[in-house]
Amino acid sequence: MLNSSLQQLGAALRAKNISSVELTQLYLDRIAQHNPGLNAYITLNPEMSLAQAREADARIAAGKAGALTGIPFAQKDIFCAKGWLTTCGSKMLHNFVSPYDAHVISQFNDAGAVNLGKTNMDEFAMGSSNETSYYGTVKNPWDTARVPGGSSGGTAAAVAARLCAAATGTDTGGSIRQPAALCGISGLKPTYGVVSRYGMIAFASSLDQAGPMARSAEDLALMMNVMAGFDERDSTSLQRDKEDYAREINKSVSGGKPLTGLRIGLPKEFFAEGLDGDVAKAVESAIAEYRKLGASVVDISLPNSRLSVPVYYVLAPAEASSNLSRFDGVRYGYRAPEYSDLADMYEKSRAQGFGAEVKRRIMIGTYVLSHGYYDAYYLQAQKIRRLIAQDFTEAYKQCDVIMGPTSPSTAFKLGEKGDDPVQMYLSDIYTIAVNLAGLPGMSIPCGFGANNMPVGLQIIGNYFDEARMLNVAHQYQLATDWHSRAPQGL
Amino acid sequence: MSLTTADVQKVARLARLAMNETEIEAARSQLSGIFDLIAEMQAVDTRGIAPMSHAQDVAQRLREDKVTEANQREAFQAIAPQVEAGLYLVPQVIE
Repeated sequence: MLNSSLQQLGAALRAKNISSVELTQLYLDRIAQHNPGLNAYITLNPEMSLAQAREADARIAAGKAGALTGIPFAQKDIFCAKGWLTTCGSKMLHNFVSPYDAHVISQFNDAGAVNLGKTNMDEFAMGSSNETSYYGTVKNPWDTARVPGGSSGGTAAAVAARLCAAATGTDTGGSIRQPAALCGISGLKPTYGVVSRYGMIAFASSLDQAGPMARSAEDLALMMNVMAGFDERDSTSLQRDKEDYAREINKSVSGGKPLTGLRIGLPKEFFAEGLDGDVAKAVESAIAEYRKLGASVVDISLPNSRLSVPVYYVLAPAEASSNLSRFDGVRYGYRAPEYSDLADMYEKSRAQGFGAEVKRRIMIGTYVLSHGYYDAYYLQAQKIRRLIAQDFTEAYKQCDVIMGPTSPSTAFKLGEKGDDPVQMYLSDIYTIAVNLAGLPGMSIPCGFGANNMPVGLQIIGNYFDEARMLNVAHQYQLATDWHSRAPQGL
Repeated sequence: MSLTTADVQKVARLARLAMNETEIEAARSQLSGIFDLIAEMQAVDTRGIAPMSHAQDVAQRLREDKVTEANQREAFQAIAPQVEAGLYLVPQVIE
């Protein structure tokens, strides 16, 4: 059961081979056993989960089940879920029981899915190791001395350790793809605007995008069918026709090589200095496998991608400093116990409620937006953002998808990059440009590096090309078994 | 780029973050390192390039100016730090 695909789980539930209550209890028992060692979940509420499972069983009995009805999913703790503690990994929201559902949550609820619990994450999604969470760091299930990546580290660890069938994440600069790579699972960040941001606690609104994290591309496609879609409550939600993300998943060129005709672009900048040898080797083997599957390879260049980290660390903190100004201790969340006047209450509540990394980013953002610096930083960064996006437009004239490493290294040790924010920021060097351009990107497991830690292959598609990317990933997963490997002892 | 203590104090005040001297000093050193990283951007020639504020070039949707949200005052105030008679309480600002 634990290694079944979502499609198989759905079929087993509809055939009444297992009930949703039994399946939910199975996962709750596993969580009780393994979560203390991994810290993948911040909040569990077995009563609410089982109530949803009973409703799902009733719906199945009534013959009204959909593809995901009765399947237990974990939700990143950035999504507001009615009646659930929703902390966003911060002390600031330690007591915030959400009065409403995020769009993503209501989509899963409408599908009859079960919410197993809320997963741990870097505070306000700011981090690449899950070490900035107020609720303690998450351990990588492949080696508990190492980080799971971030910011969706709890989700990645929970999926890898089979503590849920699949789960949600969000990606502002790599927060779905990098932890997916470091934990050996599959993750997809859709085109910006495809999944509604309503009720998803904002970090950098022009970059934030929710997406699925699971054990296979097939599972990601089924989750996309539930998560994606227009929502008028998000002003940047795109008005597009509903699509079936699984429509191309089994597409295969007849006569042997399923991906004949596919042109894969390899950006030279993604294979240059800074990439660890073990990661390069695994990614190169994956490319060789793609050639066997019929794809051809084109050398491309993304000359401005080297600027994506500096540009991101102007734009994302600027947007964050504005978004996080709402946390003032007045209407919800943390308020300092002692203060002298209103300004003192704001300053102390924010100083005590936010952790070090969040404060750092608020300060960067406040500085670059302050009087006299706007043109030199914010405006310049927005102009370079266009250059970065144009690089991709040029590249897609020569290729259909772009591939490379997701992260320059495999999972590093807990505490290894703790004192140096710049070193941590550089671990997102291959993922950030995708967010700046608003393109879809995914990571799938493609082998193991030094210390037997998983390596992720990044697949970047053109706008709205998710269905094709899922097919490209699925064909690889039919030919290889990296995605079905599981950490030992779990 | 090296930030001064006064720069950091000013930013902390604008951001409404209480910080003591030790924290200001730590922030000064770390922020200076981050601005060194960001400085790489300054050498790029961006004359004639239009700033890109969003991933998709779409116009803001407009809607009719009518009430769409239901009143949920009680649910919202149930999670507030301090309320009284339906009002959010904060320290007195007007004598």
